[in-house]
Amino acid sequence: MRKSVLFVSAISALLSSVLAGVVAAETIHEERSKYRDITVTEVGNRRCLLFNVHRGDRNQTCVLVNDKQRLVFDYTRMSFAGLLLNDRPESILVIGLGGGSIPLTFADLFPDARIDVVEIDEAVVSVAEEFFFFEETENMTVYVDDGRPFIKRAGIRREKYDYIVLDAFSGDYIPEHMLTREFLDEVRNIMRPESVLVANTFSTSRLYDHESVTYQRAFGEFFNFKLPTTGNRIIITQLEPLPPRSQLVEKAQSFAGRLEKYGVPIVEYPSRLSTRVDWDMSRRQLTDQYAPANLLRGN
Amino acid sequence: MAFASGFCIMTVEMLGARILSPYFGGSLSVWGSIITIFMLALALGYLWGGKLSARKPSAITFAGFFIGAAVFSIPIIVFSDAIMEPIFMALEDPRYGSLFAAIFLFFIPTSILGMISPYAVRLMVQNEAHSGQMAGLLYFISTLGSAAGTLGTSFYFVLWFEVNQILWGAIFTLLLAGLVILAAHYFGKDKSATHAEAVNRA
Repeated sequence: MRKSVLFVSAISALLSSVLAGVVAAETIHEERSKYRDITVTEVGNRRCLLFNVHRGDRNQTCVLVNDKQRLVFDYTRMSFAGLLLNDRPESILVIGLGGGSIPLTFADLFPDARIDVVEIDEAVVSVAEEFFFFEETENMTVYVDDGRPFIKRAGIRREKYDYIVLDAFSGDYIPEHMLTREFLDEVRNIMRPESVLVANTFSTSRLYDHESVTYQRAFGEFFNFKLPTTGNRIIITQLEPLPPRSQLVEKAQSFAGRLEKYGVPIVEYPSRLSTRVDWDMSRRQLTDQYAPANLLRGN
Repeated sequence: MAFASGFCIMTVEMLGARILSPYFGGSLSVWGSIITIFMLALALGYLWGGKLSARKPSAITFAGFFIGAAVFSIPIIVFSDAIMEPIFMALEDPRYGSLFAAIFLFFIPTSILGMISPYAVRLMVQNEAHSGQMAGLLYFISTLGSAAGTLGTSFYFVLWFEVNQILWGAIFTLLLAGLVILAAHYFGKDKSATHAEAVNRA
């Protein structure tokens, strides 16, 4: 009896030391919300928000506690490439809060702009406030709501946004009703000709083809923005025709200084924005009638 | 037949979230609304089906449940936007919006489908002694159908077909089931088949 206890404790000590070596991060907050498990970890100065850790999901957002303004992830930085198409947004809509680094950066860049953030999970909002320095301001409001009805209602009220970021897709489950043609038509409804839409989407699996076809049908040509360092693909588009590359380069240069403190290498971006069709155009577009996004992703 | 009704109930339920999500989103409360309304509709269906079975049970009425459920499922396809849009406009809170939409879209066909099981028990039971066994068998078959409908819809049908195509499939399945029961009833009579036998064969 005594022996087996010793044996078990030896094994568990061994296991925990191995695990500590792999993770090497201290968990400072854990919570099970309506939608997911939320974990906040900290390694040195780096504090990260993770969803559904046990399923092997990647980090949602990280901040450097000693340099809060610096954006840690490529895809977060890439979300600002839309500034090359619209550099003076007065109204900004962000779908999906995460740790809040995208709206916080917008608030810092454009203090006078109205920023609306939509997040389905209220627990994410409180975690962003408590651990990721996010706070609502006079101009920045968080709505706990699903992105689709929020946008539909905004369209009915004839509201328009200059800059729209769709970042509602966490690694594990895709809200299928926000990938469809009908949804994109509703997004079009809240855009002016010069408004820009920046959508953080999927770069792998069959879903890439279906999604690209759907965006193309809804918007025509769009910029496909990929970096070799990240698995994310950002779609950038607007209602009016896309600007020529020379204009993007010019805008990037004029913006470089202002974006430096966030770590956004915007001068490198214009050459990465491609309009080349690199997907299978024969794929079916996603609609409210046909949107098995989660199944397509698995194949 | 019990298998078909269980199958169709869960197929429609699984599609319910997809039908409501363009208006009310994909939040947990939307699923909550759908499951609540299906449970309530089934509960009342069981009650009414049981009551109806007490007076003059017949295969014709039994077939009528299938055909009625099929007919009352058609609005889910044809009038879904017309039903959901005014609700979306009237109710800001997606919880109550999805609850009312689920009532108007799913309550009637689901409660009719709920009548099938207790009524089938009455048709199949020939004596008191094996009534429990018959009820158990029916629950077994219809719940097996529900499991198959859930799995088929969520794993495969949504990948192969559009939502409305799947719904039409369920409607035609129910219609066919109703017609087969009627056919068995009329053609089976010559061979002095009882209702129970007709149902069994079907």
